[in-house]
Amino acid sequence: MGSIFHGHSVLIKRKNMKNKLWFLIFCFCSEAAFSQQNQWICKKGETGFFSETVIENISAQNKNVVSIIDIAKREIAVRMNLTDFKFQNHLMEEHFNENYVESEKYPVSTFKGKIQEEIDWGRNGTYDISARGALSLHGVTKDMLLKGKVSISNGQIVLLSNMDIVLKEFNIEVPSLLITKVSEVITVKNKMIYVQK
Amino acid sequence: MKNVIGTIVLVLIRLLASGQDLLDELDKVAKPKKAFAAATFKSTRIINGHSVETIARNHLDFRIAHRFGMLNDGAYNFFGLDQATMRMSFEYGVTDKLMLGFGRSTSQKAFDYFAKYKIVRQSSANGGIPVSITAFGAIDAISLNTSPQFKFYNNMERLTYVGQLLIARKFGEKLSIQLSPTFIHRNKVETSADPNDIFALGLGGRIKISKRTSFNAEYFYRLPFSLEKGLQPNPAYHNSLSLGFDIETGGHVFQLHFTNSPGMIERQFITQTEGQWGKGDVHYGFNISRTFSFDKKKKYEK
Repeated sequence: MGSIFHGHSVLIKRKNMKNKLWFLIFCFCSEAAFSQQNQWICKKGETGFFSETVIENISAQNKNVVSIIDIAKREIAVRMNLTDFKFQNHLMEEHFNENYVESEKYPVSTFKGKIQEEIDWGRNGTYDISARGALSLHGVTKDMLLKGKVSISNGQIVLLSNMDIVLKEFNIEVPSLLITKVSEVITVKNKMIYVQK
Repeated sequence: MKNVIGTIVLVLIRLLASGQDLLDELDKVAKPKKAFAAATFKSTRIINGHSVETIARNHLDFRIAHRFGMLNDGAYNFFGLDQATMRMSFEYGVTDKLMLGFGRSTSQKAFDYFAKYKIVRQSSANGGIPVSITAFGAIDAISLNTSPQFKFYNNMERLTYVGQLLIARKFGEKLSIQLSPTFIHRNKVETSADPNDIFALGLGGRIKISKRTSFNAEYFYRLPFSLEKGLQPNPAYHNSLSLGFDIETGGHVFQLHFTNSPGMIERQFITQTEGQWGKGDVHYGFNISRTFSFDKKKKYEK
């Protein structure tokens, strides 16, 4: 009799455990689904820069920048191939890749930062935004501040931002002869349109 | 036991679901870029001969090249610098793969026209191609007046045709090597012992010595046979050897070199090089290339 009872209780215990297991799996899966919902993605972002000096203006644009915002974690990440920058003068493009950012050695530049403002992502409107985090470029990773404006309208987040990059800090050398042709601080401007993942 | 397995499964699921870094997720989204070998050479010429490079679409390359007299001309001729021959040319990128050009040389008052097309490009991606191959074709015309030494009975006799396959490989960042099998047909030759057709093999290369300068070398070997029986390339002429440096600054590429060939078009330097390095018949010379962009679309304003 005792043994039967004992067996029964083991059965109940097992059932409980199974339930618990399923419950936990359910929790984690829904969390996974939920975290996907928190992510907004931009697959064709634009990044450009303009170097202005008395002698020569140099501009370039990359239209294949990818970026992601996690609104729950308040994180933003950006990634770009440096060879995707298009210059008006092809020779400048070649020099940019070969001599300045050395894109064969360091093909990708990334930024990952924490968004500093509390933003109500559910409400339409335009807000100032800034993110502090690590920018990797030319083999150097540095703490940088991304500043801009974010516009939220139904189902879409538009982020216009910019960042000042001091070439020296990323070990990007400009030969002294060319200093009059390439400015030493470059303002990089970004335009990203995010949709929910 | 089951508990342990369950926990492991849960941990795995959890890692998969949310332990991921945002940047890793971007790596998945970003399209892998097929990496073509860029800038195998700095210029469309290694020294005298063409390299696999072409001018980008809607870009114009204006080139001025000089070859001075021979170094062994002595102090009276200022070691060759008193005389010079020149070639000026306009070369245009029709597409990123096709370029057309025309030039004029003071030597023999020659006009030359050429087309160059990138057939394949070296790429590092999986299943990539180990070399870049460019095809080159040219026609040149000698516009000198007919003289007792060299008579032209009609204008066809003034023409020379050149076909070349340029095969190059970039070995890492610094070293590039090129093979250039060449065929040249001259409609008229100076003596009957001189074959109309010349086959040659060019070997050229560069080593970068800094980010903006490279050391270049180039040699054209005339193959000792001809389509005409019993004829060999004229022994009065020699194979062309050139050594030099490329220096680039902004939109310019300067090429400074020493060569035994004063001519700057294929017929002249491959088939009609009179000088010999061993005798000091060496010419100092330079090419200056300035590229202009007519690409309005890529203009990006502030």
